[in-house]
Amino acid sequence: MGRGKFVERVLFFLALSSIGSLALITFFIFLEGLPLILHTGLKDFVASSHWAPTKGHFGILAMIVSSILVTLGAMVLGVPLGLAGAITLAEFSPERLKRILKPTLELLAGIPSVVYGFLGVIWLVPLIRIYLGGPGLSLLAGSLILGIMILPTVISISIDALTAVPQLYREGSIALGATRWQTVRRVVLPAASSGIITAIILGMGRAVGETMAVIMVAGNALKLPTSVLAPVRTLTSNIALELGYAAGRHREALFATGIVLFVIIMILNLSATLITRRR
Amino acid sequence: MLSRWCDSANLTAPGHLLSLMGLVGGLIFLAALGGCQPGKTGAQHSLVVAGSTSVQPFAEKLAEIYMQQHPQMRIDVQGGGSSAGIYAVSNGACDLGASSRELVPAEKHLLEIPIAYDGIAVIVHPSNPLTNLRLEDLRALFTGKITDWRSLGLPPHSIHLITREEGSGTREAFESMVMAQQEITPAALVQDSNGSVREIVAGDPHSLGYISAGLVDHRVKAVAIDGITPSRDNIKTHAYKLVRRFLLVARMTPGGPAKEFVDFVLSAPGQSLLEAEGLVGMVE
Repeated sequence: MGRGKFVERVLFFLALSSIGSLALITFFIFLEGLPLILHTGLKDFVASSHWAPTKGHFGILAMIVSSILVTLGAMVLGVPLGLAGAITLAEFSPERLKRILKPTLELLAGIPSVVYGFLGVIWLVPLIRIYLGGPGLSLLAGSLILGIMILPTVISISIDALTAVPQLYREGSIALGATRWQTVRRVVLPAASSGIITAIILGMGRAVGETMAVIMVAGNALKLPTSVLAPVRTLTSNIALELGYAAGRHREALFATGIVLFVIIMILNLSATLITRRR
Repeated sequence: MLSRWCDSANLTAPGHLLSLMGLVGGLIFLAALGGCQPGKTGAQHSLVVAGSTSVQPFAEKLAEIYMQQHPQMRIDVQGGGSSAGIYAVSNGACDLGASSRELVPAEKHLLEIPIAYDGIAVIVHPSNPLTNLRLEDLRALFTGKITDWRSLGLPPHSIHLITREEGSGTREAFESMVMAQQEITPAALVQDSNGSVREIVAGDPHSLGYISAGLVDHRVKAVAIDGITPSRDNIKTHAYKLVRRFLLVARMTPGGPAKEFVDFVLSAPGQSLLEAEGLVGMVE
């Protein structure tokens, strides 16, 4: 066996190890969590909101709903802002401005989530409490922080999608007498739509999976939220809050929460892949 | 010597690269071996204390001072929760367990060594006129029957209730002393440390929460329960209702280094160290 071949094998093995660790994680989450779902029954697990794990109640409905609401809230803020930012940067800004702004945005993705959470607790939460009422730690606070956190993902993937649209399309459209905005709206955006949808779905995945910042600003109450000012607990928060001391069934219940989260994120990622591949 | 090294590395044929990697790996391995040595030779005795995260900061402080006085001793303090600590002691995984809850009957074969009392203080914002709360009202608050300050004779506003996460020793103690088998309302906000409960109460004039009495500071106000404030004396005499014990747990009468450490904890300097950290000592 030649040296080149040997190195190739080693690299191949290293590449496989990432898939291997994914498989191991999947295996262990299910191994630890499934016994509880079988024990309580899927219906009592995902369709009940009664969570008192040390007393034998394992309903996570409120957390599923909260996770979805917080994520939707983040989308309402993050998608229009992100899309607007991406369009401006890709279509309407001079090359020099783009060269400064894009790396800055990507830097935003590198800020640790605990910093976002801390800023949320110090600035955002008191503002909400004073001007809108409620305890401040709320669905709204979680959504706003997450909305900002997903911006880099949404913007940078959208920009890539927009710049991938051939220059010919734009020139053709302008030649037909369309304005630049009409060109963007009628030609570039439809052509880049699958990439933009992928950006949105990946941003959504980031929002669903975010933990630290949400624990810090969302209040973690177990009740189904009745308003945007109500405190909520997401699936990820539940795992991180309680795993420290959990034992026995309680521990299994947290892994089972992980299974639900896993399924949600898999669905999101798969749909992103399918949409991208359709083109 | 160095330049020859660089030359051979610059060739970067796969073989050279691999042997370089092997060399680096070997060096790391040697360094790791070397790193272990001082720990072993420096301390003749070692002791592992594991358990309650409420006791952990105090145990760490005690261990730190004790190790300063006894350089040959090495004490590792680990968290994990009261139950985990008790479990670890009973199967011999650690020398001493730390618990912020009482032993349940199944654990009574273990030796319990009370080291301090800790009050659980009910706290509100300093601007809140509330000074006293009946135990029944406290229970009604946390079961969700009272949701407005008006019910307690104060200006009407919704109460922002804060509790600890399921599994926390402080929550467990609060539940057993206040809740009388009833569940804490799911509407309560949940925070995962004494510190963050205090932080929220310090910032929100309408909130109410509970924390370890040792951690109450000027930014929050501890209210009296049934007319008795969580002062040091009231905690010591148990006149204040919400008092729990911090325990060290051992498999049998501790001997050797474990006994010496327990003796230090119960000695006057050890106890005054705990008092200085905000707990109430067991012995004068």
